[in-house]
Formats: sequence, C-alpha cells, structure tokens
Amino acid sequence: MENVNVKINGREYAVPAGSTILDAARVAGVEIPTLCYLKEINEIGACRLCLVEVKGARGLMAACVTPVTEGMEVFTNTEKVQKMRKTNLELVLSTHERKCLSCVRSQDCELQKLCRDYGVEDEEHFKGKVNHMPKDESTAFLVRDNDKCILCRRCVGACKNMQGIGAISALDRGFDTHIGSAFEMPLGATSCIGCGQCVVACPVGALYEKDDTAPIWAALNDPTKHVAICTAPSVRATIGECFGYEPGTDVEGKMVAAIKRLGFDGVYDMNVTADLTIMEEAHEFMERFTKGENLPLITSCSPGWIKYCEHYFPEFTDNLSSCKSPQQMFGAMYKTYYAQKHGLDPADIVFVSAIPCTAKKFEVRRPGQCAAGEGIYDVDYAITTRELARMIEKAGVNFRGLADEAFDQPFATRSGAGEIFGATGGVMEAALRTAANAILGENLEKVELSDVRGTDPIKYATYKLGEHTVNVAVASGTKNAAELLNKIKAGEVKVDFIEIMACPGGCVNGGGQPVQSAAVKATVDLKAKRAAVLYNSDANNEIRCSHDNPAVKKLYEDFLGEPGSHKAHEVLHTFYIKRGL
Amino acid sequence: MKLSELAAIKEKMKGVVAIREGKKSEDQVRAHVLICGGTGCTSSNSVKISDLMKEELVKAGIADEVKVVLTGCFGLCALGPIMIVYPEGIFYSAVKIEDVPEIVAEHLVKGNPVERLLYTDELTGEHVHSLMDTRFYKSQHRVALRNCGAIDPENIEEYIAKDGYAALAKAITEMTPQGVIDTMKESGLRGRGGGGFPTGNKWQFAANSVSDKKYVVCNGDEGDPGAFMDRSILEGDPHAVIEAMAIAGYAIGADEGYVYVRAEYPIAVRRLQKAIDQAREYGLLGKDIFGTGFNFDMHIRLGAGAFVCGEETALLTSIEGKRGEPRPRPPFPAVKGLFGQPTIINNVETYANVPQIILKGVEWFTSMGTEKSKGTKVFALGGKITNTGLVEVPMGTTLRTVIEEIGGGIPHGKKFKAAQTGGPSGGCIPAHLIDTPIDYDNLIAIGSMMGSGGLIVMDETDCMVDIAKFFLEFTVDESCGKCTPCRTGTMRLLELLEKITEGNGELEDIDRLEELCEYIKSASLCGLGQTAPNPVLSTLRYFRDEYVAHVKDKKCPAGVCKKLLNYYIDADKCKGCTACARKCPVGAISGKVKEAHTIDTTKCIKCGACIATCKFNAIYKG
Amino acid sequence: MKKKMTTVTFAGTPEQELKLDAVIAKYGKDEGAIMRILQDAQEIYGYLPIEVQRMISIKTGVPLAEIYGVATFYSQFSLNPKGKVAISVCLGTACYVKGAGPVMEKICEILGVQPGETSADGKFSVDATRCLGACGLAPVITINEDVYGKLQPKDVKDILAKY
Repeated sequence: MENVNVKINGREYAVPAGSTILDAARVAGVEIPTLCYLKEINEIGACRLCLVEVKGARGLMAACVTPVTEGMEVFTNTEKVQKMRKTNLELVLSTHERKCLSCVRSQDCELQKLCRDYGVEDEEHFKGKVNHMPKDESTAFLVRDNDKCILCRRCVGACKNMQGIGAISALDRGFDTHIGSAFEMPLGATSCIGCGQCVVACPVGALYEKDDTAPIWAALNDPTKHVAICTAPSVRATIGECFGYEPGTDVEGKMVAAIKRLGFDGVYDMNVTADLTIMEEAHEFMERFTKGENLPLITSCSPGWIKYCEHYFPEFTDNLSSCKSPQQMFGAMYKTYYAQKHGLDPADIVFVSAIPCTAKKFEVRRPGQCAAGEGIYDVDYAITTRELARMIEKAGVNFRGLADEAFDQPFATRSGAGEIFGATGGVMEAALRTAANAILGENLEKVELSDVRGTDPIKYATYKLGEHTVNVAVASGTKNAAELLNKIKAGEVKVDFIEIMACPGGCVNGGGQPVQSAAVKATVDLKAKRAAVLYNSDANNEIRCSHDNPAVKKLYEDFLGEPGSHKAHEVLHTFYIKRGL
Repeated sequence: MKLSELAAIKEKMKGVVAIREGKKSEDQVRAHVLICGGTGCTSSNSVKISDLMKEELVKAGIADEVKVVLTGCFGLCALGPIMIVYPEGIFYSAVKIEDVPEIVAEHLVKGNPVERLLYTDELTGEHVHSLMDTRFYKSQHRVALRNCGAIDPENIEEYIAKDGYAALAKAITEMTPQGVIDTMKESGLRGRGGGGFPTGNKWQFAANSVSDKKYVVCNGDEGDPGAFMDRSILEGDPHAVIEAMAIAGYAIGADEGYVYVRAEYPIAVRRLQKAIDQAREYGLLGKDIFGTGFNFDMHIRLGAGAFVCGEETALLTSIEGKRGEPRPRPPFPAVKGLFGQPTIINNVETYANVPQIILKGVEWFTSMGTEKSKGTKVFALGGKITNTGLVEVPMGTTLRTVIEEIGGGIPHGKKFKAAQTGGPSGGCIPAHLIDTPIDYDNLIAIGSMMGSGGLIVMDETDCMVDIAKFFLEFTVDESCGKCTPCRTGTMRLLELLEKITEGNGELEDIDRLEELCEYIKSASLCGLGQTAPNPVLSTLRYFRDEYVAHVKDKKCPAGVCKKLLNYYIDADKCKGCTACARKCPVGAISGKVKEAHTIDTTKCIKCGACIATCKFNAIYKG
Repeated sequence: MKKKMTTVTFAGTPEQELKLDAVIAKYGKDEGAIMRILQDAQEIYGYLPIEVQRMISIKTGVPLAEIYGVATFYSQFSLNPKGKVAISVCLGTACYVKGAGPVMEKICEILGVQPGETSADGKFSVDATRCLGACGLAPVITINEDVYGKLQPKDVKDILAKY
C-alpha cells in the first residue's frame, strides 16, 4: 500500500495512505485518547476526546475518523488540546455516576484512566441535572446501568453493526438521549440474545454480566453442599489477561491451581464434555446425513446463537442439533452418572461452569436442562471468565505465583478435538474428525482441517469422505450467521453441516471474556491470538479425536451405552422454542 | 419540451405580464387582483377573501374581466392580508372579508380605489397607492423574492412568462457544465443558509468527484426561529428552486434531486409538489430535457421536527430515514453524501438566485453587494419592529436602513436595543453598531452571523441574559445528543444562565460561562454545537454589564427576569382601594383604607395578581 | 424532551393495518423508508404506539429499537394519541419576544396540563412548536387548522371556549 508523509508533533513519519490520524499517531508511538471509537464497530466521532490540532485546519479534528493527507501536520498534545480533553472529561463526569470505588470496571475503566491521565481533580467542576434511570436487571445474563453510561454508543455499534441485532439503540434526543430498548422495554422482554458483545464493548461500568458469584461463595461455605466446577475450553486461553498476562497466554495449570484454592470439591475440564458433545453430534449428523433429514444440521453449543435462531430464524430450529452444549452435558452427567457413582444426592450438588459467555447464564435456566429430575438444574451457575478472575482475586490467591496443577479425574482427559471448541470452526473440525472415522472406519491422515480455521466471518469447505461428499459452512457472529442462513433460504448455498457461534471468532472472543480497551482491540488480533492457544494445545495432544478419548469411552461404557442411545437422549439432548420477534 | 415550445408559452403569456407591469391589456381580462396566499396572510383569512372575491365578481358580472390570483408572500406580513389590483397597482393592506364587496363594487366595477383601505405612511400620514412606493419597499432589491407576490405559484406558465426555465435552457443548450460552475464561482454567490460557503466551489468539488450517481439536495429545513424566507420562496416561487436544482444537476452530473422541507410548512410542500408535477408534465423535469439528453428529476422529503436536520450531514442522514444526527466531516458530502454518493446541498434562497445569475450574468450579480458578499440577502424582520415581514436588500445595506427605514422603526416609542441575527447560531448586535453594513464577514467580525436571515429586533424591555437563555433553551432542546460538548455542554451552559437569571449567580459563573462557551465552540461535532454558544458570547461581549447587574446587584435592568423583580406601589397613584391587598395570596400587601398601600417584598411571591387587579396602574415592577 | 408513552389501549382496525401494509409496500423495506413509513403510519393511526411500530419492524426487518430511536428523535412523532383539539403554541424568537411564554402559561393553566400533554378528558393537547414562520402575527397559536395571531393571555379563554 502507498504511504503518505505526515508530521506528528514535529517529527516526520510515513504512514499507510488511508490511515486515520489515530492510526498514524500509533505509528509515531503516540496513543490519542478515545472513548467512543471502536475500530470497524463504532466510528462515529461523537465523544470528541480525540480532537487534535492540524496545521491549517479550520478547527480541531477528530483523530479517530479523519484520514491523513500528504504533508499533514498534526499536534496531539498542545496546551489547547490538553485543556479540551480535561473539559471534555469534566463534562462526561457531570452525568456519570461516580461510584468508582466498587465499580466492576474499576481499574480497567477507560474513563477512569483518562481522568487520571488528565488530572481531573474536581469531579464536580460542572454540576447540574442528571437523568437518573433504573438499572435494567431483567435478563439472566447482563445488567445495563444507564447512570454510568457515557453515551459513547459502542454497545449500540456492537449490537447493530457487528451482530446485526439492534436490541438497543440511542433513544430520545439531546440531553435526554440514552441507550435503551424500544419503548424502554426491559432487555429481558426483547429479542436480545445475551451474547454480551455490548459488555465487552463498554468502556465503563454501564454494562456488565449479572454477577452470580455470591451464591457460589455461599455454597462453598456450606459444608452440606458438594460444589464442583468445570471450565470451558477457552477460559484457560484468556483468564491470564485478568492477571496481567499478554493476550494469547495459556495459563491452564495456574488457573486450575487457583480454582482449587477456592474450595471446590472438584475442578474439571469441560473439554471432556466437548468430546462427549462431538460423539453425540457426529452420530446425529451421520444419521441425518444418511437419511437426508433436517439438513443442514446446525451446531447447538452457542446459547447466544440458539436464542438468535429462535427469535430471528425460527424456521431453522428443526435443523439445530438436539445435543445440549458441553456445559449442560457436563452438569447433566455430573448430577446423574457422577452422583450415582459417588452416592451423592443431586439436590446437594451445586454445579458451576466457568465460561467465556454471558448467554450461558440464560442457558442454565432453559427448559429441558434438568437431567437429574425436575427442578434440579444440570448447571446451577454459569460464571464468566471475568467473574472467575474476580473470585480468585477476592480469595487473595496469588495467581501468577502458583505452580501448575491438573484437573481432577474422571473429567480431566481430553482430546485435541475438544480443546479447539473455543474457536470458530473448532466444533466443525472436531465433528468432522469423528464423522470421518465413522465413514472411513479410520482416522483422517491429516486431522487439521485448515479450511474451517481462521477468523473469516463465513467459511465454506467441501470434504470427500469415501463415497460421500460433505459440504460444510462455518459462521461466527450473528450478522454473518444471518447472511449464511439467508443464502441457504434463497437456495444460493447448499450445505450439509453448519457450525454457528454467536460471537465473532467464537468463544475466545465471547461476551464473558476479559475486557480489553479499544486501543488494544485496534492493535491486537485478540481472536487469533487467543485461538492459537487452543490450536497449539490440540497439536500437542496425543489424542486428536473425541472418539479416541478414553474418558469419554468410559462414560459410554459405564452409563450411556452408545452415542444416540435412549439414555444419551434422556441425559444429553434437549429441545428448542420458536420465539419469533 | 423544446426551446420553441418554451418561447411559445412566453409569447402566449405576454398579456398577463403587461397587466402586472401596469399596462392596459387588450385581452378580455382587464384587471388582476393579486392576493397574498403566504402562510401569514392565509392565517388572516386571505384564502377566504380570495374565494369571496371570485363570488362577488360573478355577482357583479365581471368574472371574465378580472382574474383573481393567490400569490406567494408579498413580504409586509404586519399589514396582512395584502391585496394588489393591477394594472393600477393599487395596494390594499389589512383587508377584511367584509371589505371585499366594496372593493369589487367601487374599484373593480367603477374604477375608484377604496381610499380607506390604502396603506398610510406613518410619517407623512398620506395614503400610498402603490406597494412599490412604500418606504418598506423603496430600499429593497428583490432578486430571490422577485416572483413572490408577483405570480401565481401554482401556474407554471406565469413563471415561464417571467423568463422561467430560460436559465435552464441556456445552461444546458449553450453552456458546458464547467461553464455553469465557473459562472457560479465568478458570481461570488455564497450559501444563504448560514455558513456562507462559496456555492461555485461546492459545485466544483462535487463535479470533480467521480461517480455514476450523484445527488442535488435542497435544504428547506428552515429552522432558525424567526426566519421564514425559504418558506416564502417555496410558497411564492417554487419553480425557481426546481429550475436551479436542475441547473445544478447539469453542472455536477447528477440526475436526481431531493428537497428536504419542514413538515410544518404545509402550503410550501403542497405548492412545491404541484410545481414538480407541472414541471414534469411540461417536460422540464424528467428525461431528455430540451432534447439535450440531460435527465433530471426530483422528490420531496419531509422533516419531522428536528432543528439539527438543517445541518447538511444531519439532513442527509434524515433523508436516509435515520435519526438526524450529523456525521463527521471529512468526508464532505461533495465526496460522500446522500446514500454514500457525491452530493451538493444548498439552501432554498441560494438556489433562488441561481437562474438569474445564469440569465443576467455575473456582472449584473456582482454589481450588488460588498467585496466579499455579492448579491442580496433576504431577512425576516420580526420582534419589536413596526413592519414585520420579509425584506430583501443588497449585501452591505446597514442595519439602520433595514430597521429604521424599511422596518419603520421600533413601535410604541421604545428605544432600539439590539438586533439578533443568525438565530440560535448568531448573536445580538448592539445599538451602537447599527451602522454596520450587513454582510457575511462583518457579522462574524462583530460576533454574530448571517444565519439564514432571521432578524429579530429588541427594545429596552428585552433582557439580554434572558435572550441568551432563550436561545440556549432552544439549543438544548434541539441538540441531537450525539456529541458530548453539545449534549452535556449546552445543558451546563443553560444551567449557569438559569442560575444567573434567578439571582443565584456568582461572578465566577461568568468566567465559567466563557470557558464553557469556548470549549463547546471548538469541540462540537457539527455547526449546531459549534455556534450554540454565540448568543451567550455576543451578549457577554456587548451587554456584560447586564450580566454583572444580575449577578452582583441581583437586578434585571430590563425588568424581565421574574425572580429578580420586586413589586412596589406608587404612593401617588394608590387610592387605597384595598383591592390588591384582598387579592394578594400571601398577605404581602398592607395599608389602611383610602391610604397608600405598601408591599412587603420579603413576603411577596411575585405572582403579579396585584398588578392585574389594580385599576389605577399604581403597582410597578423594578 | 423525553417522549412520554401512552397509557391508552391500542384500538387499531384491520382497515388501518391494510393501509399500513400498502404504505410499506409503496416505500419498500429499505432502511431509508422508515421515516416516511412512520410519517404515514402516524397519519393512519394518529400516533405511533408500540403495536404499530412492532408491525413496521416485523414487516420491514428494521430492528424495533432502531425504529423507536427514530420515533423519539423527531418531535413530530407522537407516542400519544393527540387530543381532538390540538393546540400548538409557537415558541419561535419573534413570538417569544412578543409574549408567547405567558400565552402558553395561560393555556396550560386553563386546561390543567403541561406542554406536550393531553387533557384528562382527552379533548385538548398542547404542544410547543418551533417557529411557524407567521412571525408577522406574533405571538401565534394554531388550534387544529385555525391560526390565531397577535394574542394576549387574556384572549385565550374565549378562544378555547370555541372548541
């Protein structure tokens, strides 16, 4: 690409043509502060914090949306600019509820950092009217606190532009402008799917997951309860970020060691039930594929996607795999198989999952998720990566100083196929490894299926397995899922098997993952870095296929019988609802 | 339509033009009665007057000799409804329904103008027969308004009779697109909607943008309170705008136009739609205009009540069906505008100048105005002035001429205090600057701006802090809420002004006002926010003592700010009737019967009940 | 100003829905059509309650929140049925300096409402409007189609009595 020459704070740089001033300043090693800007998701120039002086320009320019031109001279830190930023922050603070000490985002709040950088000492420099609004706690998965909202609209960008949903929007006008649902409906009454992308987009504490840690602490402190936890494939790849590790650091051993210090009776690997899911789903696929029924089969591990399908594409609910998600399979197996084996009353078990997802908080209370009996939920609480990190912090555990420890048996041995569940295309790859074995009678020579890897929004691939040709598609992000499904509806695309994840890039980029600032998101490919942890782990695993996992084989031997058996259906499968809009 | 057909219509309409020019006609129709059908006069029954006139003419048996025409705005709204009878050009003002039979019987049948309905010059006390002879009109120079009040806006042939569509014909048959743009550049025409950006340059940018699809947009979202020139042009001369947009389309290479009009202007919308339909019917819009292969058509889009949509990027967003929030520039609309395509946006008055510049030439246009502001400007005169209405004067005319001569001065013997121009984006010009020649640059230099041309006159009973507060209330109400400086900043500004007008101000608040004003001006996303502080800054600049009086002495010198007023009883006038004491809801008034009463200002809640009750004008505020 | 939501029960008819369908068919389903659809829908129903906006959302595929965002952005869109007698008080500058404020106060006092509200009997609704451009007649109010100019607060009572 062509370069243009610009001067930033008096020094010359060559930057790619088409760069914004913000990008160009990064080349110069200068980070211009922003609040509303979220690359490719919200580029609206609204917060006015990134204003800089440009020689010859009529006024100040918004660095985030102004492209550089040849010979442009930019000044990012003049006295005027600095004063403007301070006044801006003072105005933002005048409508921001300043309960910062206990705020869930304290210390990773973008506003807080800027106020410190710019020396905003007088928080009440501008006093005046504030529009108080009640907190929206109507959903199982997240809380919207408009009193903390700074109207940057990153959440709206995430919901509408990125996910194609638009459950929230800017409403009313002027000083009364606020973010909300139509007719101020509680979010729980809308077709919000709970993906939580708004939460990870929010620069402040106006959006956060519904915190479920309190009852877990209570259970941990209750000697009559058996409290167990499993962690999802991608949590080990991301939780390190909450403890100062670079994105893409595998901290599985420390994570397990830390959780064991919280007092759980068992700390398990959800990868095992990811393998179990593959056993059931591959079986289901083979059945539908050979009969030609309800194709394409669509994966069902992503609860945000499930809710999306139920609201926006109810005509596809019969195509969904009836398999519960790995989380739900885990809870179901624990409260049936494990409880029976160890003489535990399922009613005394508190089963927790740690997941990269906010929608899973909704999933745990869905109907058809009580394998051990009515009212006994497979999973009692689903907590996000962030909540798990907060529990570890609250317990005073020195995460970085811990020696690695291993998951507890019998849910510790996993295959590489289960490990890659957390990245877009991972479920498809894992399922195909097992389906291929079923068709060919042996494992693929090369189990890495690179066509379905990577962070492209929609991926297509065709596999020749013996006499069969299997056409597959993988989409992540609901906007991309919609595009794919509409193509299928229109007959433009014909596939047999689809993997859909609600979040772009899959679970590694889930709404329950550690929050990173807009600046990090613009400069680090989080999806790819986090996914690399999973693919490395797979590559280093001796067992590459779910059907080769001895732990899974034992579950069938001891309890389930065959994949797709009556027992498996009782425990591991569920149903869906046509919700509509 | 072919050029010859256009000429034929003009020829056919010669008689009509002759009568309006005061010549006797040889046609069967010997007289024209023009009645103002603008919004102002319509509100005072001008349509009913027109209908009754037609009935009376039938009764008198002269219906085929006298033509009744409902026109656009004449401008002198204060004296509406207005009627002019041609060929004599007799000007009747404040016509009532009951006057109509007399006008028909005396004037139109017998030929004797009805003296009592003639306009009386306030200074000389003499009747003025012709509108053009009134002081209101004498100093005016009508370019953009030339057809308003002169033609039937619902009849395309009347427009053609007055050289309508000749400019379009000339542009597309004799000129190159670049030639048209060069003419616009050389004319020095600047945007009449506020900023004053050179129109020719804007067209050049859009012409330079390479795209299969481009748009021509007309900004008719006239929102400055007190400005109504765009509405008057759309009501009185809609074809001028249509013709100009087609010319612009030819110049930049666009084949589609949009006019964005406020929905609050139903008459303008109706007439414009009718004009578009007629232009299509006559082949002046559509495919292959004048056989040149040039295509152009246009649509109306209605606003829905958001001032910010007058900002060009917000207007485009609104046409796209979204919340009318401005977008950052660059990219400018000329590069990436409506639906992402190169677009020019000019306001109604700007377009109304275009056909005549093409027809009469650059020299004619540049002969009017000042060095950097060419041509004329329309102002909507309002507030404390005798002749409220629309006036058009050459750029460079002084405020004094506009206010004292054309406007007829301040009524009720009050003193001129300030003139507000530019609406919520502008400022107040104090009395000592009344001899400032009005043009874009002078107004900016004295802290105001041209805006779309609202000119509100204020007298000594207007409080400048209150006026600043009024405009801030407006801005706060109309801020789109997208950017922080405008959304929160203007609210904080308003709160400071409220604090001051309520007597709670401190001297530091004035500094804080200035600090915040400067910030909002530099940091806001769009023109609305960037200019929102102007009413505060300009009143601070020229009337700082009034702010100080509110803050330091807790007094409102103009006697407007309620919370700063005290009520007193003039002992000389008070007869001791006790009426006020009985009416006072808080018992603040005391005094013996038949003796002067007094008000206890500490108890008084300033409700004003006593003033309304007193028959002797003995109670005053101060 | 924050828009107030209605408490009136929706009473749309199948005829109205047919008209709405025709409007949507006419303007198409693109996002750009939403303003025009809302304008016409308000003509059809008199206001834009959730039932109407939901129909528009489902039929156009534009998210309901976004439609509501548009409806609450523009002051002419109403979430409330207007009174049979709709009063608009011009609060443009010319009207303001000539005393529109006291006229508004008087109207509100007589009807016992605030600007933007409809009287308890549903008969009168009062709104402040931006400049009507009838500055020559300032201060001006409009009641339904009628225009009243050069008003003083004392005129209000008699004018309201006509309705």
